Amino acid sequence: MNFDFSEEQSMLRDSVAKYVQDDYDWETRKAIAASEGGMSADNWQTFAELGWLSVPFEEQYGGFGGGPVDIMVMMEEFGKGLVLEPYLATVVLFGGLLQKGTNEALKEALIPSVIDGSCSGAFAYLERQSRHEMSDVLTTVTADGDDRIINGEKVVVFNATNANQMIVSARSSGAQADKDGLSLFVVPADAEGIEQTSYRLMDGQVVANVRFNNVRVPATNAVCAEGSAWELINAVTQDAILAVSAEALGIMGQLNSKTVEYTKTREQFGVKISFFQALQHRMVETFMAYEQTKSLLYRAVCDFEADKLEKRESLLALKIMIDKAGKLIYSEAIQMHGGMGITDELDIGHYAKRLMMIGTTFGDAMHHLTEFTEVRYAS
Amino acid sequence: MDTRFSDEDLAFRDEVRAFFSEEYTQELQDRMKDKTTFKAAVIEWQKKLHAKGWIAPGWPVEYGGTGWTPTQKYIYDSERASAGVRDNVPFGLTMVGPVIYSFGTPEQKEQFLPRILASDDWWCQGYSEPGSGSDLASLKTKAERDGDDYIVNGAKIWTTYAQYADWIFCLVRTSNEGKKQEGISFLLIDMKTPGIKVNPIVSIDNHHSLNEVEFNNVRVPVANRIGDENRGWHIAKSLLEHERTGIAGVADCKRAVSEIKRLATLEVNGGKALIENPNFQSRLADIDIELMALEYTELRVLASLSGGGAPGPESSMLKIKGTEMQQATQTLIMDLAAYYQGVLPNDLSSDVLGHSFGSQARQSFMYGRASTIYGGSNEVQKNIIAKAVLGL
Repeated sequence: MNFDFSEEQSMLRDSVAKYVQDDYDWETRKAIAASEGGMSADNWQTFAELGWLSVPFEEQYGGFGGGPVDIMVMMEEFGKGLVLEPYLATVVLFGGLLQKGTNEALKEALIPSVIDGSCSGAFAYLERQSRHEMSDVLTTVTADGDDRIINGEKVVVFNATNANQMIVSARSSGAQADKDGLSLFVVPADAEGIEQTSYRLMDGQVVANVRFNNVRVPATNAVCAEGSAWELINAVTQDAILAVSAEALGIMGQLNSKTVEYTKTREQFGVKISFFQALQHRMVETFMAYEQTKSLLYRAVCDFEADKLEKRESLLALKIMIDKAGKLIYSEAIQMHGGMGITDELDIGHYAKRLMMIGTTFGDAMHHLTEFTEVRYAS
Repeated sequence: MDTRFSDEDLAFRDEVRAFFSEEYTQELQDRMKDKTTFKAAVIEWQKKLHAKGWIAPGWPVEYGGTGWTPTQKYIYDSERASAGVRDNVPFGLTMVGPVIYSFGTPEQKEQFLPRILASDDWWCQGYSEPGSGSDLASLKTKAERDGDDYIVNGAKIWTTYAQYADWIFCLVRTSNEGKKQEGISFLLIDMKTPGIKVNPIVSIDNHHSLNEVEFNNVRVPVANRIGDENRGWHIAKSLLEHERTGIAGVADCKRAVSEIKRLATLEVNGGKALIENPNFQSRLADIDIELMALEYTELRVLASLSGGGAPGPESSMLKIKGTEMQQATQTLIMDLAAYYQGVLPNDLSSDVLGHSFGSQARQSFMYGRASTIYGGSNEVQKNIIAKAVLGL
């Protein structure tokens, strides 16, 4: 047993860490966040050149053949720099669905262009009514000969405005929240009948509500067997939860260390405020919350690497902890920075907002607790 | 031990309810939401309350207070909150007003109190400085005597609504002798005086309500000092206790809880309303129970004040618990909004976005982080309880 990274994993982590350190300082990040697309196309090309976009893909499509640990080490470093480029949307979600799907032609056509940076992707899965239940899908897909017609609306679609290709979840059959009857189709972003309304999220992302009005795609654009996409959606969402959890861990570490640092410089009552035990103990609590989160992340990642039976429980525990520990850590970071903590100018609030978004993305603690208690305690 | 309402209380409740429902119009509320009309609309509303005689429930009758019993005060605030009526801007009415009627000269009372009651002057508070937050007494903004004037130099920070203010009440250093608390004076400064510069601070709710206020050789008449020179700390302390009682906000929290209940019947997850989810129920019950307790804690303080006494160190508890409960309700509403909590809608309507309360939830939540920091941070409040109540 060990928790060491392989040499390759360490190199990957170091290359992202170095990039964030050297090329993603706060002013640079602020400018990217304020730009129209909320990301930098130049940076994305650099990510391609550094090989980062190839990490989770199989070697036969030009990929690196990496697993959950590789994604974890990268995402943690992205989190530390609050990197805005759509690695989650394009590589983990869009690319992951293709890779784990069963459509060879789509894989051969699209994965190489994800890897070389020319294809930006999105996964349109949320709907107005769906909240955290990803099987709650009202968007429909109907057959018209060899074509499929998609109708409906998806909301808060990450990276929709930058993507040239989208994968959309739609219902072929079944009732509103049935797990059976779901399909996934690749839809070019410029297909006739697509309307986008874009807006920003508090974490700097540019997202969109995407309306599909009789959007026609060939049946061959199905990512997996029509009507039975739930397993694939679930599998890729699990990978995505591991990825955003690693990103969250990077953010938590930054919030904690920035707070410790601040208390060692801020003087009140004639001493550094780090001198006060009441504050020390709270920083110990946030440190322990960080370490416990890290342990659950490692536990889940190891379970997924080994494909253990209990991997689902580990994943749920992790996502619940991300929400709860996240709330504690960002609240304490803002509080201990005092008035400075509530200014837009300081980075603390921005780390907090990304952590809040991650807490609610792919289900919050309240949502996952229901399944966790069912799985764990059902007789 | 009796908390039943009398017939008079019930009649009073009906009167308050009718007043809010008639006078706090949707049109007025819409103007309060628009930042270009916010100030004028707030003043218009406060003038209506003034005309009704209800603008200063906390003041003694002789200065324009209502003379209400603690029960009436409780009823008034409950009705105000459940009607969604915004609380008065506190800087004049609950902060400097009580200081002036407690410590001011007859001339000062005459000059300032009627204008505060009528909302003719907009006040802001100059306490914190970049280097003096929790350690307020270390403040450095100095006022030096020059004949009948003081010359003020320095900077104040986190000054809410300084951009609207006609007047600022300030703690300034008039002496470096002895204990740092003993060299502070309380000055009222006209914001139009030359040498004052207001620099906006954008906060994490993406709004501008906070400011830094710079003083560069600002000339202030000695007649604008409240109380004796170097006695400002004593005055400030009494004001902070008033401020703390004001920010328990139980009535507003109760309204938030009923709003949470309403929203939780509408938000559906996997075919089931959130209100039926045991995990949600347990989160809500935790808040509800603390709030039921806090409501009676506040009533106990109100009742003990009814003899005319000033709020004491126990007001620190109201501040701590009240702000904790505000943040707990704000957090739960954020969770109800799910991913919509992150949406910055700009000009998009809720129909287009697909959600109605996410953005408002985020704004309240983000600005709400300040509540445990301002008015003396909750850490400082705990120090006060430890020292003044527990004798530690």
